[in-house]
Amino acid sequence: AAAAAAAAMLSLDFLDDVRRMNKRQLYYQVLNFGMIVSSALMIWKGLMVVTGSESPIVVVLSGSMEPAFHRGDLLFLTNRIEDPIRVGEIVVFRIEGREIPIVHRVLKIHEKQNGDIKFLTKGDNNAVDDRGLYKRGQYWLEKKDVVGRARGFVPYIGIVTILMNDYPKFKYAVLFLLGLFVLVHRE
Amino acid sequence: RKNVEDFTGPRERSDLGFVTFDITADILNGKNSIFDWNVKQLFLYLSAEYSTKNNALNQVVLWDKIMLRGDNPRLSLKDMKSKYFFFDDGNGLKGNRNITLTLSWNVVPNAGILPLVTGSGHVSVPFPDTYETTKSY
Repeated sequence: AAAAAAAAMLSLDFLDDVRRMNKRQLYYQVLNFGMIVSSALMIWKGLMVVTGSESPIVVVLSGSMEPAFHRGDLLFLTNRIEDPIRVGEIVVFRIEGREIPIVHRVLKIHEKQNGDIKFLTKGDNNAVDDRGLYKRGQYWLEKKDVVGRARGFVPYIGIVTILMNDYPKFKYAVLFLLGLFVLVHRE
Repeated sequence: RKNVEDFTGPRERSDLGFVTFDITADILNGKNSIFDWNVKQLFLYLSAEYSTKNNALNQVVLWDKIMLRGDNPRLSLKDMKSKYFFFDDGNGLKGNRNITLTLSWNVVPNAGILPLVTGSGHVSVPFPDTYETTKSY
């Protein structure tokens, strides 16, 4: 009920402001909004380049790495080719054909002279290694499956992403409120 | 050490190693402890590193343990068997004179960087030239 009242108040303010704004100011606000979105995108792309990973920040989705990481923790990854994959490292990988990235620890590696490497992973909180998770007939992971290595993390913050995924209405509400705020806010 | 079919992997015979070990560790507590205000846990693991004809570098985790802040910081483990099967990718354990065992740990903070530290000092173990035909343990 409180949220509805707040939203109602915001829409009334919004309407007043729009009436007061002339066309030029409206265009200006839209451009402002566009700039913020572009800057955010640039920062994200920049992160991708610096870390070498296609997904430099990921949210932990399962409890298979507890008690180190819990659902909702945010992980910061790098994926530099110069960093060799070694046991004990926490890797984020995707199984071919599957979208969801998995965060587990490297248990075994076998590396050839030329750098070709095959490795096995296991979640700290799982009793067995990940062979059961891999594709049918797949016994090892390779460099190409790796999204990145976990270098740092912050707890809890990623819960927002999980909530937005599980409750689409929440996602739309958040986006709507954000859009409203940016359009209405006068610099 | 035996040459055994690894049922969890591709159906070929590979060398399976059996290692028993003792670990004594004393994680300092108090002022200079590794368990400072931002350390949530340590993930300790014992790994074996070696080279074979098939692969220039092999690393196998034999044992691991999670040590939470507040747990007993003294480790005194004797006659431990490896927690995970020490399978080689092939038959490279037989007669391998240089298997290096190292203890390492991952420091997990409450928030921040996740460093991987390798303990200084390591143990080298050689594997015999023949296979065991009877139970090793």
